[in-house]
Amino acid sequence: MIGSIAAIGAGLAAIGAGIGIGRIGGSAVEGIARQPEAASKIQTNMIIAAALVEGAALFGIVVALLGNNPS
Amino acid sequence: MDIVTPEIGMVFWTTVAFVLLLFILGKYAWKPIMAALREREQSIEDALLAAEKAKEEMVKLNNESERLIKEARAERDQILKEAKATREAIVSEAKQQAQVEGARLIAKAKEEINTQKAAALAEVKNQVALLSLEIAEKVIGKQFEDRNKQENLVTDLLENMKLN
Amino acid sequence: MHLSRIFTLRNLLSVLVFGVFAISAASARAFSPQDEQAGHEAHQEQKGVQEEEKFDAASAIMHHISDAHEWHIIGDVAIYLPVILYGEDGLKLFSSAHFYHNPREITWAADGREKTETWYEYDGFALFHEKIYQLDENGTLRLDEAGHPLNARPLDFSITKNVASMFLSVVALLLIFLAVAKGYKKRRGKAPKGLQSALEPIVLFIRDDIAIPNIGHQYGRFMPFLLTVFFFIWINNVLGMIPFFPGGANVSGNIAFTFVMGTVTFLITTFNGNKNYWKHIFAPEVPVWLYPIMIPVEIISVFSKPFALIIRLFANITAGHIVILSLVSLIFIFKTIAVSPVSIAFVLFMNVLELLVGFLQAYIFTLLSALFIGMAIAEHAEH
Repeated sequence: MIGSIAAIGAGLAAIGAGIGIGRIGGSAVEGIARQPEAASKIQTNMIIAAALVEGAALFGIVVALLGNNPS
Repeated sequence: MDIVTPEIGMVFWTTVAFVLLLFILGKYAWKPIMAALREREQSIEDALLAAEKAKEEMVKLNNESERLIKEARAERDQILKEAKATREAIVSEAKQQAQVEGARLIAKAKEEINTQKAAALAEVKNQVALLSLEIAEKVIGKQFEDRNKQENLVTDLLENMKLN
Repeated sequence: MHLSRIFTLRNLLSVLVFGVFAISAASARAFSPQDEQAGHEAHQEQKGVQEEEKFDAASAIMHHISDAHEWHIIGDVAIYLPVILYGEDGLKLFSSAHFYHNPREITWAADGREKTETWYEYDGFALFHEKIYQLDENGTLRLDEAGHPLNARPLDFSITKNVASMFLSVVALLLIFLAVAKGYKKRRGKAPKGLQSALEPIVLFIRDDIAIPNIGHQYGRFMPFLLTVFFFIWINNVLGMIPFFPGGANVSGNIAFTFVMGTVTFLITTFNGNKNYWKHIFAPEVPVWLYPIMIPVEIISVFSKPFALIIRLFANITAGHIVILSLVSLIFIFKTIAVSPVSIAFVLFMNVLELLVGFLQAYIFTLLSALFIGMAIAEHAEH
């Protein structure tokens, strides 16, 4: 039971991260299309932002892990 | 849960390893590397600046040489002009001198001529006088045979005298 | 010097080649949970208790990403690492081989089911799930209902697999960068060569794209820290990707490791914080009645920043390992070799991704450290 709830939590975290990274990627592509000369700069910032969002999702996953295996 | 609980041993050894790494690398690697990178960047910058400077210098030198050439050319023109002027001056002076000399010679010649003429005239006068005297002697020797002829003769003589 | 220049096609290709290499090894290694269990539970087999045990992917994965007191190489071959304990009887130092050659069994009841687990005993200490406990006065290990030992734990300063792997990376870093530094001395003012030219873009990248934009003109003071953190995390990430002997440890996915890294950043930020930084925390430019809300928030943010660093690195690397191991585990869950092409394809993809993540996380850790330091030493608080 606890395991399933933890898995749901991890899934929710993944949804959040998915939306976040999707938005970042979409906006970055839009930005690159609008300003191809700024591509490398946008790419760098996109990767940083994506990693930050991913970090937030991983918080959720860590908490899910914690919940899955209470000590 | 276990995996999110830091183990004291790992914390200890990580601290040791990291501090060791920071110290050794900081002293023997990052310092020389950063210094070398800075030095190289500085030298590249210096080289670029020097190149820029050299370029400027060259432009300056070019300008200088151009200026010098122009000046030389101007000087040459000047010299040529002066030479021409001098030549002309010399020529004209020579001409003038020649003219003056010529004139002087002519004048001298004229004077000579005049002197000679005067001398000649004097001679002639003397001769005339002598001749007149001779004529007169002759005439007087004939004794006035004809009055008219005498008159004519005298008149002629006088006229001739006047001519001279 | 942008990221894109580092992730050129050629680099990606070499990563791919490395990835394929890693996969073949990873699949070989996936057998090891069973091997290890077989090794550790040799006595069980001797007794002839040949049970068709269900493959427990979760515990196998957890076993792989957690620390160990031996460094498993292949089959029954392992390096037994020294155990250093500080307990009631003072300092103790012995080889972990003593533990692994002296297995014991413990049975406990969980949810009405009997469960048997192996532990190891030596000199009054017990090794249970790679954790060392002090045996009680009866010389036994006692478990509670959830299967957690009730015994006290000595301070365990053992050279575990993670510690050994970390030392290996320290030695590697020293060798690499002292050689590079020598190269700079030898070819003073000349173009870089070999290893030097491979690492110079990264050093310049850290200086020009991380330190200078985020810290400003005082960047020089923090460069040694940023460079060390970056390369230390990166090399540990990469070593963790290697599935066999010299790697295989989950060093940068260990919370203690990231905890130390984050703490160092926290200490540097705190001790270098200037007037503006502290004023921003304790006397922010807001109406005074907001202070009861603002000051706690600011104080929490001081601690949450390094905490986020710690968790981010830990979670990213551990999650990567878990995903790769889970994909390999599919073969054993379905008990068929037919799954392996799919599994291997996904593992290949994940390995390549993890190499990127390994670099990226080192970069992000360094970047955020630089950002926090820059915020602490900024001359004017940004608003």
